[in-house]
Amino acid sequence: MLKASENYVRKLIEEGMRIDERGFDQFRKIKIETDVIKKAEGSARVLLGNTHVLVGVKMSVNVPFPDTPDEGVLIVNAELVPVASPTFDPGPPDEESIELARIVDRGIRESNCIDLEKLCIEEGKKAWNINIDIHVLDHDGNLIDASALGAMAALLNAKIPRYEDEKVVYGEYEGKIPIKDTPIAVTVTKISNKLLIDANLEEESALDARITIATNENGDLCAIQKGGTGFFTSEELKKAADLSIEKGKELRALIK
Amino acid sequence: MSKVGQPEKMIINGKRIDNRSFEEFRPITAEVGVLKRAEGSAIFKFGDTYALAAVYGPRTMHPKHMQDPQKAILRCRYSMAPFSTNERIRPGVSRRSVEISKVLNEALSNVVFFEDYPKTGIDVFVEILQADASTRCAGLNAASLALTEAGIPIRDLISSCSVGKVDNQIVLDIGGDEDQFGDVDISTATIGNEDKFVLLQMDGIITKEEFHILINLARKGCAEVYEKQKNALKEKYKTGEIDVES
Repeated sequence: MLKASENYVRKLIEEGMRIDERGFDQFRKIKIETDVIKKAEGSARVLLGNTHVLVGVKMSVNVPFPDTPDEGVLIVNAELVPVASPTFDPGPPDEESIELARIVDRGIRESNCIDLEKLCIEEGKKAWNINIDIHVLDHDGNLIDASALGAMAALLNAKIPRYEDEKVVYGEYEGKIPIKDTPIAVTVTKISNKLLIDANLEEESALDARITIATNENGDLCAIQKGGTGFFTSEELKKAADLSIEKGKELRALIK
Repeated sequence: MSKVGQPEKMIINGKRIDNRSFEEFRPITAEVGVLKRAEGSAIFKFGDTYALAAVYGPRTMHPKHMQDPQKAILRCRYSMAPFSTNERIRPGVSRRSVEISKVLNEALSNVVFFEDYPKTGIDVFVEILQADASTRCAGLNAASLALTEAGIPIRDLISSCSVGKVDNQIVLDIGGDEDQFGDVDISTATIGNEDKFVLLQMDGIITKEEFHILINLARKGCAEVYEKQKNALKEKYKTGEIDVES
């Protein structure tokens, strides 16, 4: 990104404005579609402004982890596929995609929103694996919120395939994934000592620090990740938490 | 949630499972200059968590296309020794270690004067030799001491500690079983003892009010770590014990 654009973004924000004329607490236009991939057990497409993310949920049966023998397994993976940006290279996942997947994973896992015990088939031997795969198709900033929203939307409409004679019968279903809560991740970005949400790509180039806070239906916090090379003061952290709770409610209403 | 080996109670009679009070650290050890080859090195221990950090550089950045003509590039690698935990850890990078390396790098980047060393790379290696929770915090504390010993200009030390919730009680310095069976684990770091958070990662559910309390506790904890770090540096460079030939 050009230095000039970075400086322009900063100057605008210092004057209380944003490059696309939004308020500091305003998301871009959000469009969510579910059940967009027939072959997946659950899927969702999220358009957040020009950011475009596709999430698929696939189910399989595997041995559960030894420390949780009576629970299903959740696995989140993110691919920053090269179609999405000139800066995304093909190849093994880099630190950016790993962090993205782990932030989404943490929000879902720590909220205990999936009733994993109901996904155990035979204790210590067989349990459902839920694979959430995030495919970033067009990168215009705030991949975290778009991916987390897509992952949750896909989970909410995901069905469990029929399991018969030790085999998964794909395409035939026997119920939905048991979901108890709807955690929502909201990323608050700090630029020139101002806090704003849903930074677009140009704004991200001027980012000092960001913090992603996932909140549950109760309005409690269930996962946090700070990123970027800047810092947050205690007051800023409290403000960010308030913003995440408030904006989380708005986003939750879109998928529930 | 059912976990194998989970004790029934984590807090008994106002004491934690290792007999600590709620806002008490495990014994802290910090030592600077523990390796011979590295330009800077340090160990930092929270109880049985044992982190070693080494700094190499500033040195010519390779590969060259990663050089920045304006400033130095900081590279941080967090890694756990295979023997550091009960179950052996497969050597090499994991998704977890990639993520932690990234957040440690971002935390340290707050204080390094990169402009002083254009075209160079500064490598920070953090090795967790024994893990008993809060490893990234111990690693970060060791790394900032190692950067200091390497003589790299920094604005201040980075001081890090964990806070969390165990059996519904807010506690400082999550250790051992509290990590595995506790409710909430938060890794934090500040610039020295200032109100500037450069690391914040949380797993687990807390209310907004608890979050406020935890931030305050984290600040107190980081300030305490900061004193320990400064003492370690003073110990290393204390005067009066150097032989001066007259």
